Amino acid sequence: MKSAPDRRTPRWRAWLLLTPMIAWLVLFVVAPTAILLVYSFCERDEVGRVVFTFSLENYRRVFDPIYLRIFARSVGYAGLTTVICILAGYPVAYCIGRAREEWRHRLLLLLMVPCWTSFLIRTYAWITILKEEGLLNGLIRLVAPTATGFDLMYTPTAVVIGLVYAYLPFMILPIYGSVEKLDGALIEAAHDLGAGPLRVFSSVIIPLTLPGIAAGTLLVFVPAVGMFAITDLMGGARVPLIGNVIQNQFLVARDWPFGAALGAVFMGLFALTYWILLRLGAREEDPA
Amino acid sequence: MPAAPTFPARRRWPSGIRIVDGAVSTWTAVVLAFLYAPIVVLVAYSFNQSRLNIVWQGFTFEWYRQVLQNSPLLRAAQNSLVIAVVSTLLSVLLGTVGAWLLHRYRFAGARTLQTLVAVPMVMPEILMGISLLILFATVGMGLGFTAVIIGHVTFSFPFVLVAVQARLRGLDPAMEEAALDLGATPLQAFWLVIVPCLRPAIVAGALMAFTLSWDELIVTFFTTSAASATLPIRVFGMAKVGLNPMLNALSAIFILATIAFVFFSDYLRKLSR
Repeated sequence: MKSAPDRRTPRWRAWLLLTPMIAWLVLFVVAPTAILLVYSFCERDEVGRVVFTFSLENYRRVFDPIYLRIFARSVGYAGLTTVICILAGYPVAYCIGRAREEWRHRLLLLLMVPCWTSFLIRTYAWITILKEEGLLNGLIRLVAPTATGFDLMYTPTAVVIGLVYAYLPFMILPIYGSVEKLDGALIEAAHDLGAGPLRVFSSVIIPLTLPGIAAGTLLVFVPAVGMFAITDLMGGARVPLIGNVIQNQFLVARDWPFGAALGAVFMGLFALTYWILLRLGAREEDPA
Repeated sequence: MPAAPTFPARRRWPSGIRIVDGAVSTWTAVVLAFLYAPIVVLVAYSFNQSRLNIVWQGFTFEWYRQVLQNSPLLRAAQNSLVIAVVSTLLSVLLGTVGAWLLHRYRFAGARTLQTLVAVPMVMPEILMGISLLILFATVGMGLGFTAVIIGHVTFSFPFVLVAVQARLRGLDPAMEEAALDLGATPLQAFWLVIVPCLRPAIVAGALMAFTLSWDELIVTFFTTSAASATLPIRVFGMAKVGLNPMLNALSAIFILATIAFVFFSDYLRKLSR
């Protein structure tokens, strides 16, 4: 008897269908990253053209205190944004996740609208509020006509407000996903075993929802580090972050090799964060 | 007939929990208000006659009229639409076929491929932007529509692929086997049996791809030419200059479209259940 052909091994026709996707990923994900790395070791001539040599000069410049401080500041802002998003978003995610079915659905829809609205529009909304002649100062002058008002626009506070406002929904949704999967029996068991609300929260609920927090951090921290649009709009040129510097090297200063080196270091930072968060999320998912 | 099982009366939660519950609900309301208040203000002031935002000087549609007569903005909206539609179609094609092949076949390198697919989903947009810019410069390809669409497909198709893969995992493998045993070619089995089952996931993935492309700023920023500037590029340029009631009006139109979109996708989701 002839055995049936193995249906699981691709033959030439399946390989032919796979080719476009493999080619796409190689051409537009692998190759650009490789070329970026090559560029980061190159130099540029006086008119901004790239000279293909091997030099560590760009990396020496990246590790100059000026740029290290910018990196540190970017990580600091993104970190602060992430912490605020977790603290503000966790109770919301918890509330939605534990709500009754019909309410849960309504609250989720309510959360979807800001989530799907372009971050540019949402950032612009804050500009209209925080600008010197904006709504906040208008309201203050309405109450106290002699008050000087705040000049919040183009300050670090404005940048963090903009970042939190843009990324908060992306923290709430993954945490909600974890909270929804939470087994109520485990919480009751902890109560029955004599744990107080605080203890239940810190030793049962938090560890069980850690994958959600890790996923949310990935969606908030990583993009926030490299974000230049919100920081441009809310911070002006006064608070340069790593995204602004990279953007500037490519489009204004036209020092592509240096921009590539900054990008390569940022990529390393991103890979490290991703790896840590992935391990954190995975360990809590199957505690084997 | 067995009696319906009786459940013990719901255990009384410690009173502390109820206080916490109240606080959590209140906080949720506060956060939702924080998320909505700026949007509401933005929309309200799009009807204000004053060019500056503080003082309410009366109701007007003037800014909407100006938006609809502003040819660079209309051109940008058209560009955005073309780019979003083309990149959605390509993403759906690439993502659906890719998900099916990764699900259906076992081969060396499948895991690597799966990891590689996830990279554009999580990679910071600015890195994708600059690396694509360098690639296009290296191969001597000019920036513009093609470059922007390539960028958009690269970060959109993995979302389609993941959505379709999730659906495939829940699919009975016997369906395809039955089709094959009844004499269908693998291609016919895919097209006539599998694709109809995947429709909800494909629709969800397509909606995702469309929104991602429509809203994208960063990758577009590095790959666009002046002629292919999308709506987000123009809005970014305008917002950098300062307050402009036309932006309020444009934003209001966008927000209305977003609300309609959210309800539409919710409706589609209900239909497909």
